[in-house]
Amino acid sequence: MGRSRLAWEWFHRLGSPRWFYHKTGAWLPWLALASLVLLAVGSAWGLGFAPQDAKQGNSYRIIYIHVPAAFLALAGYYIMAVSGAIGLIWKMKLSFVVMRAAAPIGAALTFIALFTGALWGKPTWGTYWVWDARITSMLILLLLYIGVLALSRAFSREQVGDRACALLALVGTVNIPIIYKSVDWWFTLHQPASIKLTQSNSIDPSMFYPLLTMIAGFYCFYAWTLIAHTRSLVLQREWRTQWVQQALGEGS
Amino acid sequence: MQFQFSGLADFLAMDGHGVYVWSCYGVTLLVLVGLAIQPALHRRRLQRELQRQRRISEARRQRSENRVAEPV
Repeated sequence: MGRSRLAWEWFHRLGSPRWFYHKTGAWLPWLALASLVLLAVGSAWGLGFAPQDAKQGNSYRIIYIHVPAAFLALAGYYIMAVSGAIGLIWKMKLSFVVMRAAAPIGAALTFIALFTGALWGKPTWGTYWVWDARITSMLILLLLYIGVLALSRAFSREQVGDRACALLALVGTVNIPIIYKSVDWWFTLHQPASIKLTQSNSIDPSMFYPLLTMIAGFYCFYAWTLIAHTRSLVLQREWRTQWVQQALGEGS
Repeated sequence: MQFQFSGLADFLAMDGHGVYVWSCYGVTLLVLVGLAIQPALHRRRLQRELQRQRRISEARRQRSENRVAEPV
């Protein structure tokens, strides 16, 4: 009984924007530092020190941003949709704010995945764009992110906008398994995944470790920016409260 | 582990793939920097708005005080 009440209290506090704002402030510099170091090391490693690919030459070095960005674009969609669902079910204020914060970050990462994919495609496949299943479903992902972003600004009443965004995000989750499976279901141009958790990798360790470093760096970067965007949205939403006016008055 | 290129020029050229590789890294850097600084800009906008509103309410308060002070 005591423990479950404790858990419930914690859950409620987690839902409080003010608690979140004060709690997370201390995490930001560490997340920022970790992502800067990992991304710098991973980029230098991937660009200069990892061996050349036997078939693709140096153009393959794009993989070190293409794959992590695509990873996070997909994971970020889950985060957005799940936060929306939590907000709908438990009416948790903070969870809608996280959902809104996830939309621009996810859109930017999807854009990076598509852009780097196009530039990688030119020297490898001889074209910037094909209506391949993987690429098309990623484009749909970008449109879903942009849709949520547009919806979140379309309503003057925040609560209506929250619910509309959450619904669109939830409906859009059908696209995610399609993206994952697209390379297996429709074997067209995009190659199947080279990293698998269950089977042995089809990628050499000398290329795999820098890739792993970049994926870790993108994860840290995602956590950092998601928290930072959520915090600034919290300030905007709780604008009239005393604690926000104090926090804004403090400067920095 | 060894540096894979013979020099800076070689590193930049990447056997003709340099244009693609470097523009990918450049654009990604720009987008990530944009994402990272956006919250700070947002916060500054909110701060300016708060100051503006405070000035307005302060001015309004003073005006009403003056009006009380002056005999009609």
